Amino acid sequence: MSNHHIALAVNGKPVEADVESRLLLVHFLREQLNLTGTHIGCDTGHCGACTVDMNDMSIKSCMCFAVQADGAQITTIEGIAHADGTLSAVQEGFRLMHGLQCGYCTPGMILRAARLLMENPDPTEEEIRQGVSGNLCRCTGYMNIVKAIQYAAAKLHETPLVEAAQ
Amino acid sequence: MIPGAFDYHRPTSVNEAALLLRQLGEDARPLAGGHSLIALMKLRLAMPEHLVDLSGVDGLKGVRREGDDLVIGAMTTQHDIIHDAMLAESLPILRETANQIADPQVRYRGTIGGNVANGDPGNDMPAVMQCLDARFRIASPDGEREISARDFYHGAFDTELHRGDIVTEIRIKAPPRGHGYAYEKMKRKTGDYATAAAAVILTLEGGRCARASVALTNVADTPLWAEEASKILAGSDLGKETLDRAAAAAEAITNPASDLHGPAEFRAKMAGVMLRRAVMRAQARAKA
Ligand SMILES: Cc1cc2nc3c(=O)[nH]c(=O)nc-3n(C[C@H](O)[C@H](O)[C@H](O)COP(=O)(O)OP(=O)(O)OC[C@H]3O[C@@H](n4cnc5c(N)ncnc54)[C@H](O)[C@@H]3O)c2cc1C
Ligand code: FES
Ligand code: FES
Repeated sequence: MSNHHIALAVNGKPVEADVESRLLLVHFLREQLNLTGTHIGCDTGHCGACTVDMNDMSIKSCMCFAVQADGAQITTIEGIAHADGTLSAVQEGFRLMHGLQCGYCTPGMILRAARLLMENPDPTEEEIRQGVSGNLCRCTGYMNIVKAIQYAAAKLHETPLVEAAQ
Repeated sequence: MIPGAFDYHRPTSVNEAALLLRQLGEDARPLAGGHSLIALMKLRLAMPEHLVDLSGVDGLKGVRREGDDLVIGAMTTQHDIIHDAMLAESLPILRETANQIADPQVRYRGTIGGNVANGDPGNDMPAVMQCLDARFRIASPDGEREISARDFYHGAFDTELHRGDIVTEIRIKAPPRGHGYAYEKMKRKTGDYATAAAAVILTLEGGRCARASVALTNVADTPLWAEEASKILAGSDLGKETLDRAAAAAEAITNPASDLHGPAEFRAKMAGVMLRRAVMRAQARAKA
């Protein structure tokens, strides 16, 4: 077993820590940084509840060791709202379109949807469904999740994309 | 689920990584995207004492052309493959296959080298590599060598790789312009491994099939290059009778397990069905 010093940025803030090599990124975020918005659903890479944004990619943080995130830029659900605390377009979409029920999948869904819209600002319904195919929702049946993302896409066309990225 | 304890290493060159793997012994493993290995470690089906992370190693990422060969670095991710313009033009079957692997998150991290080196019969790229007659370039402390994808797989998680070996790149002679291609995968849901899948590359001349190559995923301990089925297709009109014979020849070499994906008989039959669909789609895409 080895210990490693890691330095990364989480939600724009620099973070340094000593971590055991086998510590998973999701446990690091939840237990060491107390960022418990990132959820653990399946713990096997299937459900996407643990999705965070790392270096401009949506990743499942249960399938990555914290030490692999050394030097990374990470955004979690705690960092997705605008700096003034108002909701980002994707968050607003989920709220207004009833894109959630129990909310367990929601942080992962929102992080994934935000990245999807940065890569493809004008997705078709099919592209949205494919885009969130790594995120399982046991409640909504996905209809309103698709609508939430469509809402966000439309809203983002009026505002600069950078805002959504913050 | 917490994996067993291990030491983590992050070398910066292929040489350093290969030497580390050799010195650290049997219980050291390369770590690429981790999307097969970390899953196995959580279940304690793998308990390596050392992980040698290849993410910091120079020169293992990216796609380039070298003469007739397309060369893909082992650490190139499925996401990179989907978005590479050169591959989209010259080897579109790779994008079609990568898009059917897991989901966007897994594809951002999972690498082509990890997919072919893993040795899990469920992985999709190995059969495609056999279909394309790809070669894997392997570095070790003893030097470099090249192995054909068709000779690489011996059994489930049993490949040509030995301690200290690193797959550095995959070399593929691009099929002729206008070739037809398809990867047909039957799966129970998005992100699932194949119940059965078939990869097909073919070329047409005057409406007839001039050359064909077929390979199958997840219907045996290893990917299967369907040599007999390929021969039946080549030179034929790709009519119904030919497809029947090719599908029968492909089914005959399968030996699938009965598991969550279905009973063995069903999966063998589905290998034939996937082959038919793949041939028809490849034919429709090919320029005569
Ligand atoms: C939810 C989920 C669904 C999935 N669905 C599919 C699917 O449908 N189809 C599919 O094909 N795969 C699927 N996968 C697996 C995924 O594609 C993996 O990324 C891939 O199998 C391994 O690539 P990796 O880069 O993650 O390798 P790792 O997991 O890091 O490594 C896999 C193995 O290969 C070895 N290795 C890695 N790189 C090298 C190298 N360069 N040289 C020598 N040895 C090396 C490692 O030591 C390890 O033994 C799925 C995974 C998940 C989590
Ligand atoms: S908890 Fe990570 S994918 Fe389900
Ligand atoms: S809202 Fe309950 S799992 Fe998605």
